Amino acid sequence: MNKWTRRAFIGAGSITGGGFLLGVAGFTFAPSRHSLVGDDAAARGQLTTWITVTPDDAVTILIPHCEMGQGVPTALAMMAAEEMDADWANVRVQEAPALDAYANGYIVRAAGGDFIPASMARGLDYASFKAAEWFGFQVTGGSTAVRGTGEFGMRVAGAAARQMLVEAAARDWAVVPGECTVAKSRITHAASGRSTTFGPIARKAAALSVPSRPTLKDPNSYVLRRTSVPRLDIPAKVNGTAKYAIDVRMPGLLYAALAMAPVNGGQLVSVAPAPAEGMAGVKKVVRLPNGVAVVADSFWRARKALAALTPQFSDAGHGGVSTASIFAAYDTALGAAPSLPSGAAKTVTADYKAPFLAHATMEPMVCTAKVENGRAEIWTGVQDPLNARSAAAKALGIDVEQVTLTNHLLGGGFGRRLPFTFDYVELGVLVAQAMSPAPVQTIWTRENDIQHDYYRGAAMSRHAGALDADGRPLAAHSVYTGGGNGEAVSMPYDIEDMDADEKKAPHHVRNGQWRSVLNSQHGFFKESFVDEMAHAAGADPFTFRRALLGKAPRFKAALEKAADMAGWGGPLPKGEGRGIAICESFGTICAEVAHVAVAADGALQVKHVYAAVDCGDIVNLDTAKSQVEGGIVFALSAALLSEITIEQGKVVQSNFRDYPMIHLADTPLVSVEFLRSDAPLGGLGEPCVPPLAPALTNAIYAACGVRVRELPVKKTPLVRA
Amino acid sequence: MAITLTVNGTTHTLEIEPDMPVLWLLREQLNLTGTKYGCGIAACGACTVHLDGRAVRSCVLPASAADGKAVTTIEGLAANGPLHPVQQAWIAQQVPQCGYCQSGMIMAVAGLLAQTPPPTESDIDARLTNVCRCGTFTRIRTAIQATLRTAATAATTEASAPSVPPGTAATTEAAR
Repeated sequence: MNKWTRRAFIGAGSITGGGFLLGVAGFTFAPSRHSLVGDDAAARGQLTTWITVTPDDAVTILIPHCEMGQGVPTALAMMAAEEMDADWANVRVQEAPALDAYANGYIVRAAGGDFIPASMARGLDYASFKAAEWFGFQVTGGSTAVRGTGEFGMRVAGAAARQMLVEAAARDWAVVPGECTVAKSRITHAASGRSTTFGPIARKAAALSVPSRPTLKDPNSYVLRRTSVPRLDIPAKVNGTAKYAIDVRMPGLLYAALAMAPVNGGQLVSVAPAPAEGMAGVKKVVRLPNGVAVVADSFWRARKALAALTPQFSDAGHGGVSTASIFAAYDTALGAAPSLPSGAAKTVTADYKAPFLAHATMEPMVCTAKVENGRAEIWTGVQDPLNARSAAAKALGIDVEQVTLTNHLLGGGFGRRLPFTFDYVELGVLVAQAMSPAPVQTIWTRENDIQHDYYRGAAMSRHAGALDADGRPLAAHSVYTGGGNGEAVSMPYDIEDMDADEKKAPHHVRNGQWRSVLNSQHGFFKESFVDEMAHAAGADPFTFRRALLGKAPRFKAALEKAADMAGWGGPLPKGEGRGIAICESFGTICAEVAHVAVAADGALQVKHVYAAVDCGDIVNLDTAKSQVEGGIVFALSAALLSEITIEQGKVVQSNFRDYPMIHLADTPLVSVEFLRSDAPLGGLGEPCVPPLAPALTNAIYAACGVRVRELPVKKTPLVRA
Repeated sequence: MAITLTVNGTTHTLEIEPDMPVLWLLREQLNLTGTKYGCGIAACGACTVHLDGRAVRSCVLPASAADGKAVTTIEGLAANGPLHPVQQAWIAQQVPQCGYCQSGMIMAVAGLLAQTPPPTESDIDARLTNVCRCGTFTRIRTAIQATLRTAATAATTEASAPSVPPGTAATTEAAR
């Protein structure tokens, strides 16, 4: 049996070419198979590799996360380089391969809702590590890359590398390591006047034992972090050279177009291939359990031939389901409004609804695969290469060791390319299996993508609140359906009697994770209701909230900052209003103020959104800002326009014409400020999504007196009755 | 049928069905993958290229409509020289996130600036209807404004003191 030793958590050794290579596998987040093979791993060349220093002074950092727009490789490399005191000009990044060595237990713990304080996290248990290995997670999601891999991995790896390099130089010079200083990849011993860059000493450093507890930098001495560093991935994204899964090319590549059962759960009943078979470029019509694919020498030809087919699908008994029937079931499940304690001077009740939403990543789902002799090679774009590899192996009925997966830049993720939603990889390998040994690229059309998503769940929430004679809230109760969890439904306010109960009303529409997950619906529900309580109390919505945040200083500070940025309370022209909302998710508190104008005819203009964000600390300032800006625009598009509806069990919408997005002209000014706190690092990809919808609808109420209780906003006429 | 078109300065003759969209012709026949598929119905603009200098959505442009014409893609925008001012502004403002829509976005903006110099805010709003799911619009607007300012400064400098290189305003002032 393999042995689990502390020594193996941090492993180092030389690599060919005389480089220096250091890997760190902490208990918590980056377990490595090599951690389990004992001390002889290095001798056998089995190494966990995160940081490599080559004689030319280049520092290469392997990133076990994917780039889907959030700037993660740059941020993680900054965290390692900061601890190393490496010269940023010499730092390169490379995406880690889909191997168990790069699995991350951090996400497992987060998924279990078991957030561990930062001070304890490094000592996390073996069980989490095993769980990560078992599930094969190598996830980029849950806003965990920087706060998990970065905080507990990249920093430790960088600090260990620095310590080893200094030790090697000090031995050469016969001086005390503690007398050496490091800056910009140069080690200096001032007293003897000696100095070297990292490269020449890297080989000797690699021969040293690895410090198990390297000293981390005092954040006050950061020189790289908290600055704005240009993202390393951007130059390739402005000249057409960035490669996404859809850009994979190889000799003999065929292309496939898909039709899938329009009702989730349905199967292919029959298809007559003849109409497609004679068409230009067509190679084969492939039957799949729940669909049919046409493979041709060009995607256009495949798609054209597919259109000539009339496949028949079953509906798995869901043909009578509609959005109306789903919400009717929700309404029944919720039952009567939650009861309230007696003695209230005033009560408030309200129902809120949020629709199904598609991710609609700009790059649709794409998988290229070559299956031959019981082996598969896959080229795709996923938020978890390891789990995608397992899913493909299972679909093909082969051992996971027989599958290699090369990941690519993602043309958007937002949760669509996460574990358990790898249907596009599974279908892709099945199509390739049917065409073996030819490589096949299966491209989903936008219609496939919109109609076969794992949707943000439709949800409904029923609230009741009680106020005393002074307008102080005594109780806030709710029941909800469509999914929820403790983080999503909880509120920071000091209200003695609060609860939220889940009711179940299952349906056949498949749900998945959508940027900010359950917070996206519940942020709207709970921050709308607090606003309604404030108005019922005759109070200003900002001061009402602030009075309830006495025991939550970080929330109070963020709320005040956002109000201050927006000039809360200042005069506005008739028909304009401001709305405020605050939510915590993924360890980050975000307060937002929306400023809107509603014309007499109900036309809405969102003029400005202000965000005050407390994510503990910042790694790359400009990237952090762009994540907030983008999150706000993403959330605004959904709040204003987006809705997936179901008729006869099928998704009605199919493309950007009936599932529209906001454009440049609709985009408000966005102002972002960060509050620095001593809290552990929080996420940034997601936490600025949830407060947007309620800030917007609260602003609409302030502007025109219409309370929007159902998203998207376009469903409610904004004309005062 | 045989289609002859010039792409980024190189002339190609392809035996291809006339209804194949230029998008797929570029991506699959010519391996120019910088131009992206996003919707196939001209609704998102990820596939924007220039046809005889005009920004068009190539996913609905049949090959026959490009016969005898010149196509410029993102790969050809800089024409082996320095980056186009729009590309430069995109880097300076750190616009892209996932980056998938940005080829089309840059081609649309470059097309607009070439066709309508200088566009007003309402021209920009009306003409730039490309979709970006990451929500980079705030930076796109800033980058366009920066490009326009740079162009205006260059034009002013050129008109007032053509013999002085741009970026030396103080010298220009002193020379008067």
